[in-house]
Amino acid sequence: MHMADALLSPAVGGTMWAVTAGLIGYCSKKVKDEIDDQKIPLMGVLGAFIFAAQMINFTIPVTGSSGHLGGGMILSILLGPHIAFLTMASVLTVQALFFADGGLLALGCNIFNLGFFPCFIAYPLIYKKIVRQNATWQKAEKNILIGSLIAAILALQMGAFAVVLETVFSGVSELPFTTFLMLMLPIHLAIGIVEGITTAAVVLFIWKARPEILNAASSSAPIGNFSIRNVLVGVVAVTLITGGALSWFASSNPDGLEWAMFKTAAVEELEAPEGVHTSLSEIQEKTAFLPDYGFKVDESDKELNKESGKEESQSWPAVDSGTSVSGIIGGLLTLMAAVGIGFIFKRKKTNG
Amino acid sequence: MANLQSNLLDMFYMDTIASGETRLHNLDPRAKVMTTLIFVAAVVSFDKYEIAMLIPFFIYPAVMVAWAELPVVYLFKKMVVLMPFAFFIGMFNPVIDTDIILRVDFTDIVTRFIEVMRLVEINTVQDGIWLVEISGGWISFFSIMVRFFLTVGAALILISITGFDSVCVALQKFGVPKPFIVQLMFLYRYMFVLIDEASRMVRARSLRTFDSGSHMSFNLFIPMIGQLLLRTLDRAQRIHLAMCCRGFEGHINMVRKMNFGIHETLFVAVWSFIFIMFRLYNIPVQVGMLVTELFL
Repeated sequence: MHMADALLSPAVGGTMWAVTAGLIGYCSKKVKDEIDDQKIPLMGVLGAFIFAAQMINFTIPVTGSSGHLGGGMILSILLGPHIAFLTMASVLTVQALFFADGGLLALGCNIFNLGFFPCFIAYPLIYKKIVRQNATWQKAEKNILIGSLIAAILALQMGAFAVVLETVFSGVSELPFTTFLMLMLPIHLAIGIVEGITTAAVVLFIWKARPEILNAASSSAPIGNFSIRNVLVGVVAVTLITGGALSWFASSNPDGLEWAMFKTAAVEELEAPEGVHTSLSEIQEKTAFLPDYGFKVDESDKELNKESGKEESQSWPAVDSGTSVSGIIGGLLTLMAAVGIGFIFKRKKTNG
Repeated sequence: MANLQSNLLDMFYMDTIASGETRLHNLDPRAKVMTTLIFVAAVVSFDKYEIAMLIPFFIYPAVMVAWAELPVVYLFKKMVVLMPFAFFIGMFNPVIDTDIILRVDFTDIVTRFIEVMRLVEINTVQDGIWLVEISGGWISFFSIMVRFFLTVGAALILISITGFDSVCVALQKFGVPKPFIVQLMFLYRYMFVLIDEASRMVRARSLRTFDSGSHMSFNLFIPMIGQLLLRTLDRAQRIHLAMCCRGFEGHINMVRKMNFGIHETLFVAVWSFIFIMFRLYNIPVQVGMLVTELFL
């Protein structure tokens, strides 16, 4: 499931951008150094394959819904983790740019959720451990099936978990952590099972038709790579923890600038005499007309507001109905102005 | 099947829009990428209960769409199709966050309106009737939806005034690693080819079967995808060999020259200034204050 810009805070989005950028840089270097540029056309075309394959659906019996091939796992199995990650990242970038699926800020999150977990966790730590090189024909078949099933399910569960974490840390959605988790994990368990079976079946098909492709893929990552991979996983884990801590810190102080301004304004007004009032109400106007949680009006204030009307309601921290009306009227006018300017541009173009 | 075909047509259409020849299209892609990023950053940086201050930002998509002669209805439809995730996650906000945080008293306005229009001879409007109370959840939900349209709109506008290849070149100039850029460009080029191939396979199957539609059984789906994958791999190999024959050295050269000149600087500077102003000053409330003071 794609994360959306609208649910993200800049801190979380930025952190995930940084982490993903680091990973892309690392993988690009790896591809350049080790695999040379030969495989790049292969990567590109396989990325396009993921697109094409996702548009072919099959019917899932009983449920009436349809399933399609997921991306990360099959790419890892065919290309190895580094190329697979780059390919997945490019697929998601095209989706974000061309189909606006997810959005630009969320791109970091999406690449991480759908690329990192299958390529760098599920593939090396689960699939590779289950599917070994020197197995007999029958055993290898069973291993591929079990390996891709478990790896795909776990990769998707981790991805869903990451979506929940990113959403909760961002604090735009009100969904509590556990509720959201209970919502996401079962859905993605079902999706993961379908994806796992599909991946396994396609890999088996390839393995039967052209076994050399899979052998080439698995032998292209020599044993020596493993330590580097573990280091990478370590590095990313650290980045994740710091990034997580950072965004947690940021969201515990959720509104940044806004919050700070509210706070200082409120404190100052408590202490300040009448004269400062005008300048303070200016600050108030500049910030927002929708007061935050902490500034909810209590019952007595509400009564006060009703009685004394507009003037009184200017004072902090009341729910400012006078300003609210102005805000709504102003908002509508601004919207009309924005669209109007667009029309003027259009007319100018058609005339000129 | 319909799905596949329409997707392909959709992509061709986007590509056609992107290859327009307005002055916006000819602007250096870096300027447009930069402006879009600033726009998105400004929009998502607001508090979750903010709606009013987000509204002025609609000026950017409005001007861009008009300036670049983009099809508004088409882009809007595209956005609506993408809405579900943000919508369903956002829908939980009104359910969970039920505290009233906005109280709008229209009593004043309605009284004045009635007075001015002299519709009814009354002195006051009954208290409380025109008091509208809105919970925080609904406000944050609408805020999410406004953000959604702004951010997704910005991304769609970027690609439809720039074109995918140009965005890639801009990204490369910003320091994105070259293998990744080449990969992106390959992916984009072959996306069209492979979707076409896939749709031919699906069409071939649906012409030979009694159950129409693009949905097939799992037993059929696997050889179909597997076959597509094998063809893809063969194709990749042929492409690679052909490219090597033509002297491919790991990067794609673009004919179009990039030039970050005075127009580009102005474009970025003016928009950034506008976005920062919108971020700092609550223009709708200022306007509203002015209007209500003038007329009420």
